[in-house]
Amino acid sequence: MAGTTTDVAPAPSAPAIHPLWVRVTHWINALATAVMIGSGWEIYNASPLFPFAFPKAVTIGGWLAGGLLWHFAAMWLLVVNGLVYVVLGLATGRFRRKLLPIRPREVFFDLRAAFAGRLAYDDLAVYNAVQKALYAGVILAGIVIMASGLAIWKPVQLQALAALFGGYEAARIVHFLAMAAIAAFVVVHIVMAFVVPKSLRAIIIGR
Amino acid sequence: MPRVIRPSLDARLAAGDAAKLLPDPARRLFLRGTLSLGALSLLTGCELADGASVEKALRAVSRFNDGVQAWLFDPNRLAPTYPESAIARPFRFNGYYDEEDAPEIDAADYRLEVGGLVVDKRPWTLERLQALPQETQITRLVCVEGWSLIGKWSGAPLREFLARIGADLRAKYVFFRCADRYFSSIDMATALHPQTQLTLKFDGETLPRSFGFPLRIRIPTKLGFKNPKYVVEVAVTNEYLGGYWENQGYNWFSGL
Repeated sequence: MAGTTTDVAPAPSAPAIHPLWVRVTHWINALATAVMIGSGWEIYNASPLFPFAFPKAVTIGGWLAGGLLWHFAAMWLLVVNGLVYVVLGLATGRFRRKLLPIRPREVFFDLRAAFAGRLAYDDLAVYNAVQKALYAGVILAGIVIMASGLAIWKPVQLQALAALFGGYEAARIVHFLAMAAIAAFVVVHIVMAFVVPKSLRAIIIGR
Repeated sequence: MPRVIRPSLDARLAAGDAAKLLPDPARRLFLRGTLSLGALSLLTGCELADGASVEKALRAVSRFNDGVQAWLFDPNRLAPTYPESAIARPFRFNGYYDEEDAPEIDAADYRLEVGGLVVDKRPWTLERLQALPQETQITRLVCVEGWSLIGKWSGAPLREFLARIGADLRAKYVFFRCADRYFSSIDMATALHPQTQLTLKFDGETLPRSFGFPLRIRIPTKLGFKNPKYVVEVAVTNEYLGGYWENQGYNWFSGL
């Protein structure tokens, strides 16, 4: 388990665990994702793909038109912020340094260790193999959800993209599954922030 | 001044009908759920705002999205077409009222009124519309709700009709008024798209009452609600006249 805040307080000169651009894009992304998922659930409810609907209390927009207005507004926030994040992640080498390499064997062993409560979280600047896999995976899911969303929005203008997903109806299912993957990530992500509280501090103040 | 039948009165009447369908407290207040306040302050730049100003901000983004979609719209790109075997049978009725309440229009009395920035404002009989060159398309109708169905529509290209009435093709909008008080308007680029159709037939038969007899506008490059049924007037205009659902919050351009 994480120690108290006193025994991990770093020297003021130590480099930040998360640079400012990571922290800013993280929280903008958190907000945009929440609005996208909540309004997406409202839109889903207008014509559910599966035999269930999302409870009204967790949807955003009040009715279909409201859900769509929110979805296609938060979309811009998500896209602009996501682009800044990905470009800086690639340009600064952060993605390569932090997320690679991902070795399935290590992911397996770290996952087992995590469930057994044996995984250490001493150095937040170094990701364990499960973190690497999840962070890389959610970035991938973000790309899939954006591409499938574009295919649903513009199945005529971007018909080649829609065809890549197997057509309009198939793209709807991909869009839903990518949402489910991101929502599952968010649940694990938030649980871990409570398990390792200093990680929450690091994504707010950097240390 | 060219005559355009203003939808304002119709809009008020029609909004009354739609109100029955909408969850009442949610109708004006779009922000629901726990995350709304944070999103709201970010989107509007205000610390505290009431529902109306949030809606105003969201609608401004929607108008911006109209511009983005107009820019994305390629006037020469055709909507995908499908084989006969892909046609959905039976097709789905959709409207803001029950199927039995759909307008019943007498073919003999029917006239399509023509208004706005056009040379020839004589109304059109059904016979005259049928005499225009006819085309058939098997395309996907995508509903704003998300579902889609492939159907077969036949009729005259709208651009052919616009040419015959001497429409000002530099005008911004083409407006449609319907017998059921529904109305909508589209951009001129979409009106001139080769697949935008004055539809008289559905699946090889005279357009059934459920699907818009005697005249529907079929636009495979736009969402279903931008494909008005029971059309009784076409007008060319530079004035933004919105639409039945558009005025309640659906995106106006709604291009596919």
